[in-house]
Amino acid sequence: MTKRETILLKASIAFAILFAVAPTVNAMHIMEGYLPAGYCVAWGIICLPFLVAGFISLNKKINASRRNLTLIAMSGAFIFVISSLKIPSVTGSCSHMTGTGLGAILFGPAAVSVLGIIVLIFQALLLAHGGITTLGANTFSMAVMGPVMAFAVYKLCGKMNMNRKVSVFLAALSGDFFTYCVTSVQLALAYPSEVGGTAASAVKFLGVFAPTQIPLAVIEGILTVVIVIGLETYAVPELKNIGFLREKEVR
Amino acid sequence: MTKNAKIVFILLASAVLIAAAPLFILRGAQFGGSDDAGSVMIEDIEGEYTPWFTPVLETALDGEVPGEVESLIFCIQTGIGAGVIAFFMGRFVERRKWQKATGMENADDRKGDK
Repeated sequence: MTKRETILLKASIAFAILFAVAPTVNAMHIMEGYLPAGYCVAWGIICLPFLVAGFISLNKKINASRRNLTLIAMSGAFIFVISSLKIPSVTGSCSHMTGTGLGAILFGPAAVSVLGIIVLIFQALLLAHGGITTLGANTFSMAVMGPVMAFAVYKLCGKMNMNRKVSVFLAALSGDFFTYCVTSVQLALAYPSEVGGTAASAVKFLGVFAPTQIPLAVIEGILTVVIVIGLETYAVPELKNIGFLREKEVR
Repeated sequence: MTKNAKIVFILLASAVLIAAAPLFILRGAQFGGSDDAGSVMIEDIEGEYTPWFTPVLETALDGEVPGEVESLIFCIQTGIGAGVIAFFMGRFVERRKWQKATGMENADDRKGDK
């Protein structure tokens, strides 16, 4: 094993231990045993290419420069903190945020899928939250589609020359919210309504998740902007390193 | 206060407001988890539904994780995450201070990375 691989391994073990204590009682995750086996396998297979791409992408980033590890660790820690905050919402129930927006903006959606699945695995195993059988589906919604959405929105805002803080806010917000949309569709595919089928069912599930999640998505947007402001102020070399800031934009 | 500090202050204040407002507006609400609502919805569509798999930990403990223990682990999670972020932020902040003091601000960035 090269020195870098050792570091990678150590980092991953550290992360694993970190995420091993990730209890989130109320969540967007589909609960253990609530998805038919065929769907569990199918979602898992769909996630595979994203995870492989994510692993390669992370590996490349760490190999390119060891200092990228600090931002990767911070993105992971951000998911860690944010997804632990259970927040009361306007519907009278609680939910939590995803925290995947930051990593998606900094490192791209593929890299986040790896960080995300680690959280999900340990939550499923040790905290009876989400589930091993529903891991594929939950990975697809929270660790793949959410970050993909956040990344796409961020790029789109960039194309439109939007203020960066606004772009980050919109990206994190839509990533969080989209995660719930995907979950609703996943549940609807497995449980089509007798009247109206999948579409009607999706609307029903969305009706449960969306109103709760909208204020939380706003909060996630806000918190992501706050951490990006912090990084832009103090971590300029790191951000330049990963290509988040270009030379001319610095100071 | 710098412009950024003001923005951060306003952002954090509004985040707290958004989070706290429902508590005061919807007094006496349950504030249960929205995934419970999800399983209720499944039963609504499917009729009676029994999950076909029990979480591994619940099988091992022969029951649910006790609430107090859950909140303990929950706090540890937040604490560690916040700790990692604070540790690196602290390093970044100090590094910039040091670079400014020694006039190395525009020097090779790598020198600041010990």
